[in-house]
Amino acid sequence: MNTMSSTRINQVQAPEEKVMPVTVEKPENTVMEEGVTVGTPFADDAKFKLRNVEVFYGDSPAIKNISLDIARNEVIAFIGPSGCGKSTFLRCLNRMNDSIDACRVKGQLLLDGHDIYDAKRDVVELRARVGMVFQKPNPFPKSIYDNVAYGPRIHGLANRKSELDDIVENSLRKAGLWNEVKDRLDAMATGMSGGQQQRLCIARAIAVSPEVVLMDEPCSALDPIATAKVEELIAELSESFTIVIVTHSMQQAARVSHRTAYFHLGHLVEVNETSKVFTTPEHQLTESYISGRFG
Amino acid sequence: MTDHTSQAELVRRSLKHRYRKERRFRAYGILAIAIALTALITLFTDIVGKGYTGFLKTTITLEVTMDPDLMYLDDPTDSKQVRMADFVAPLVAAVDNALPGATADDQDALRRLINPYASNELRDALIENPEWMGTTRTMSFLAHSNVDVYVKHKGDAAYSIKLTGQQQSWVDELREQGLVETSFNDVFFTNGDSRDPAKAGVLGAIVGSLLTMIITLVLAFPIGVAAAIYLEEFAPRNRLTDFIEVNINNLAAVPSIIFGLLGLAIFINLFGMPRSVPVVGGLVLTLMTLPTIIISSRAAIKSVPPSVREAAEGIGASKMQVVLHHVLPLALPGMLTGSIIGMAQALGETAPLLLIGMVAFIVEVPEGVFDAATVLPVQVFLWAGSPELAFIERASAAIMVLLAFLMTMNAMAIWLRKRLERRW
Repeated sequence: MNTMSSTRINQVQAPEEKVMPVTVEKPENTVMEEGVTVGTPFADDAKFKLRNVEVFYGDSPAIKNISLDIARNEVIAFIGPSGCGKSTFLRCLNRMNDSIDACRVKGQLLLDGHDIYDAKRDVVELRARVGMVFQKPNPFPKSIYDNVAYGPRIHGLANRKSELDDIVENSLRKAGLWNEVKDRLDAMATGMSGGQQQRLCIARAIAVSPEVVLMDEPCSALDPIATAKVEELIAELSESFTIVIVTHSMQQAARVSHRTAYFHLGHLVEVNETSKVFTTPEHQLTESYISGRFG
Repeated sequence: MTDHTSQAELVRRSLKHRYRKERRFRAYGILAIAIALTALITLFTDIVGKGYTGFLKTTITLEVTMDPDLMYLDDPTDSKQVRMADFVAPLVAAVDNALPGATADDQDALRRLINPYASNELRDALIENPEWMGTTRTMSFLAHSNVDVYVKHKGDAAYSIKLTGQQQSWVDELREQGLVETSFNDVFFTNGDSRDPAKAGVLGAIVGSLLTMIITLVLAFPIGVAAAIYLEEFAPRNRLTDFIEVNINNLAAVPSIIFGLLGLAIFINLFGMPRSVPVVGGLVLTLMTLPTIIISSRAAIKSVPPSVREAAEGIGASKMQVVLHHVLPLALPGMLTGSIIGMAQALGETAPLLLIGMVAFIVEVPEGVFDAATVLPVQVFLWAGSPELAFIERASAAIMVLLAFLMTMNAMAIWLRKRLERRW
């Protein structure tokens, strides 16, 4: 028993030893106060302007007074331990929480200066602008072509078949899937591999040319090779889209994102340049999390 | 090490126990299925064994001489003469001719060997072929139902033979000559009900059942599916919808005869609709089937994976598009299966139809939903309660027809489910 537990501790400490020399000294900031975020949560060219956001499931608060800007064409990663509210927060950005009856959202959420939760806001239009990729690949049980063409069809983006064909081809190319599927566009999407399915879901999301793509742990069900492909894709997409990605993999956050936001128990603890978060975090909790002391 | 071995030993011992439990459980399962199968097989052998004779008819082949003097008929095209003419006499004479031992006193007994409707058949044949007058022709007629019973069930204690000893010996003699034969009972499938078992058929009941089912399907399926979709997808969750849900579940448990009373009170008494018609039957069965369809449709909608819904919502599909493009196609196999099972229940339903008058004695095959009709299970009920034993085998045969319909519907349900089911 003794030998076993000691090896485990060693394994956990190993990366910490690599990080520690860079971190000159441990951050002193250990307070976690509602509405207080260390680092740089605000941006000049904000796509999303989120102020004092609170989310409740029934009476219990899931998000406690979070303020954050998401800049145009940036990739921002949300990290944090399970149940910290990062997915809940992400789903507020295109109102996917609407279908949960007990969920209430308070505060100001602006997309290009317009309130997302305005009563007059059309949620269909919002979701056409803010697309979403989910944790588990969820292609429709239809053909590959129909999956990608579905969004453009319902939004009336293509008038002719040839236009639709172009949109489908472009989306699949952007998602790096075209060469693999161009000969079997009529095949059932559910027959593809997990990684292909997830890239198809990304192609489906970008086929309606959204301005923002939300990704909720897009690689959690994928193997490392498929993950690498999706990450490459995110890097390419960031040229034309704003991307918000929730991830459990800190390496992934480090690889793909410009800024990283650390969530803890419904608080937004720290937002900083990704390189800074993973080398010299300002908050004690962030430091503990990225060094693997909890989470 | 010792710790490890003892633990392995413990696991091994518990394994033995677990396997024993598993074997016992499997034995219970096999026993249960065996009981069910035995019951089913007993039921089927009993019904088929008793009822297959219902699919047979007995005919007598006679050399009929159409003698104008005997029939008081010169011109079969003259309807006045036809009405006064005697079509029984040539038949009796023909039987008499076939049986050399019969005397002039036996006319009545001889007449009772032929079906009472045989004279009508002869009359119709003559009206159609007036040139037959004065000739002798070989014709087949249905035997009297007593002869039918005697031929099929001679020596069966369950059936009382109503023929006299002399009549029996005549029938035996005719059989030896090959004049009395049994063959497939086409009359059973081309006739409506009749007072005479030999002439009774299920066509009227089959058509009545079909018309009633069409009404039920056309009303119950769209209403049930629409209600299920609304309750599942659009209705706000509040006291009212909870109340509705509880009551739908309650309705599914209400005895069917109550629905019959409701139909009698509302459709017939209040709305003044006619009695015994498939429209009212269909309406009553719709009420009865609706809860089943709603409940199974809701279950089918609930079983659609939420990921599909989310995917569609995530691209910006509206509520209606999510339902029509994604939820409905995936839920359809389940909805159809539930509906067909509901319809099969309705097809076998008797009690509510008794109350709205579909139990009447109806000879004519209905031609529309507003014609008086009866349905298969009610026909079975009517014949099974008849004092005449010849009707009992008709009842068994009608049960077989009903079962064939039910099996067809169930097979259809399975086929539809297989056809529409999408693989994940």
